[in-house]
Amino acid sequence: MKNRFNRYAWPYALWAGLIIVLPLLVIVAFSFTKDGSFSLDGYKLFFTPLYLQVLFKSLDLAVKATLICLLVGYPIALLISREDSRRKNTLMLLLMLPMWINFLLKTYAWRPILGNTGLLNSILEAIGLGKVQFLYTEGAVLLGMVYNFIPFMILPILSVLDKMDYKLIEAARDLGADNRRVFFKVILPLSLPGIISGISLVFMPSVSTFIIPVILGGGQDMLIGNLIERQFLKVGNWNFGSSISVILMLVILSTMIILSLFDREKRGET
Amino acid sequence: MKKKRMPHWLVLLLLVFLYMPILVLITYSFNEGRTGAKWTGFTFKWYIELFRDRNILRAMGYTVLIAFIASTLSTLVGTVTAWGIRYMKRNTSGLLLTINDLPLLNPDLVTAISLMSLYIFLKMRFGFMTLLLAHIMFSIPYVIITVLPVLRRISKHQMEAAMDLGARPVEALLKVILPQLKQSIISGWLIAFTMSIDDFVISFFTTGSGVSNISIAVFSMARRGINPKINALSSIMFVAVIFLLLIINKNRKSRKEDLAIEENILLH
Repeated sequence: MKNRFNRYAWPYALWAGLIIVLPLLVIVAFSFTKDGSFSLDGYKLFFTPLYLQVLFKSLDLAVKATLICLLVGYPIALLISREDSRRKNTLMLLLMLPMWINFLLKTYAWRPILGNTGLLNSILEAIGLGKVQFLYTEGAVLLGMVYNFIPFMILPILSVLDKMDYKLIEAARDLGADNRRVFFKVILPLSLPGIISGISLVFMPSVSTFIIPVILGGGQDMLIGNLIERQFLKVGNWNFGSSISVILMLVILSTMIILSLFDREKRGET
Repeated sequence: MKKKRMPHWLVLLLLVFLYMPILVLITYSFNEGRTGAKWTGFTFKWYIELFRDRNILRAMGYTVLIAFIASTLSTLVGTVTAWGIRYMKRNTSGLLLTINDLPLLNPDLVTAISLMSLYIFLKMRFGFMTLLLAHIMFSIPYVIITVLPVLRRISKHQMEAAMDLGARPVEALLKVILPQLKQSIISGWLIAFTMSIDDFVISFFTTGSGVSNISIAVFSMARRGINPKINALSSIMFVAVIFLLLIINKNRKSRKEDLAIEENILLH
């Protein structure tokens, strides 16, 4: 009886193999070929200063965005977790609502604020300070990343903090720990799984984005995502594009492995 | 006294940060002037222009059509698959679920270009079909991870019990199992639908021959500079999202379960 039902999953297994696994294999195959024969040219080209710089800039911005989201998001998650349950639900809904709004439109929304004749510059001029170039800078790209991804940091941390047993904190206090020690010895270690999923949820889209630089960075800030898009859609060099994609996948895979090691280490301790 | 205090200023500041750009956009959508921050008078003209723009109207149509077909098919396939996975051997189901996770874990960009490469490899013509297939591809995983946890909580003996009592297998499925899955199936459909409506990256790379969705239309407009029509479009979509949420909320017994599902996806 039991074994008759598992056949319902097989059509999807076939489909997933065709449309999820096969395309990735095609990319890997493309990345190792040139004009139809085996070649490492794509990778060799990538490991030249010009393109390595793009990789480093992407990593730099993604790490900064992740750190800002963590440093701002963690206290906020902590504050929200201490609200009573009704207000907590409302605040969570308010955090999620922007996630439902089209990503492009949300990013685009910053342009009338940051632009040279935009809101921020009008205010600066009105109070006598000169104009500042906000739009089309690296800072604008960073802002776009933080703005779009900070809910992905707060929500996982919040949900872990929410499930935390409050008695543990009371116990620590009873045993004489002050606020600082309670935070660093009890709350922080226990919220680590939330922090880790928050980090990966912010870092991954930040490092691979290509829309934010186009809309807020004016295309000058060429990140790795822009490079891939350009190779596939404008230059037409799929082999090189595939090589960069494989490298991007490896970057993300290694981040995930490092993060999961952290997670396991902590779990192993307790 | 303690009850009525405001949330901490940091929380309020975050909410201002999150909502200010959207509110600014909505305000500017009623501004007479074409660019800049100066308020030159109230107007509806951008809305009128928006609804005269054939391209945008067509893109809206495609967006809804694709989202509807993709999410409905994904919900059907995803639910049936989740049922099958439940009865698979642990190793096999583990492998399938890992593959199922790939589109969720991989950056959109990588998923997009790998699909594009597949289409090129298979010499397919880019257009409605390729776009629809792509949307089905990334929607099914959401349905599976939404339905499967609920399905796993239902005892396998329920089917047997129903059949011992004389129900045919189909009857047992429809009358015993399905009602318990209803909520998660609806959630799965909604998640797939919103993911499809919201998608830009994958659509951008997998469409062609004049077929575009809202995101692609916005992208090509935004590339050319500030266009007040986009402000109008954003405002409409924002209001639509709020309405949709209100309707969903009204029809839900518990918000808790929604949050749990959302969380499940976030923490996955």
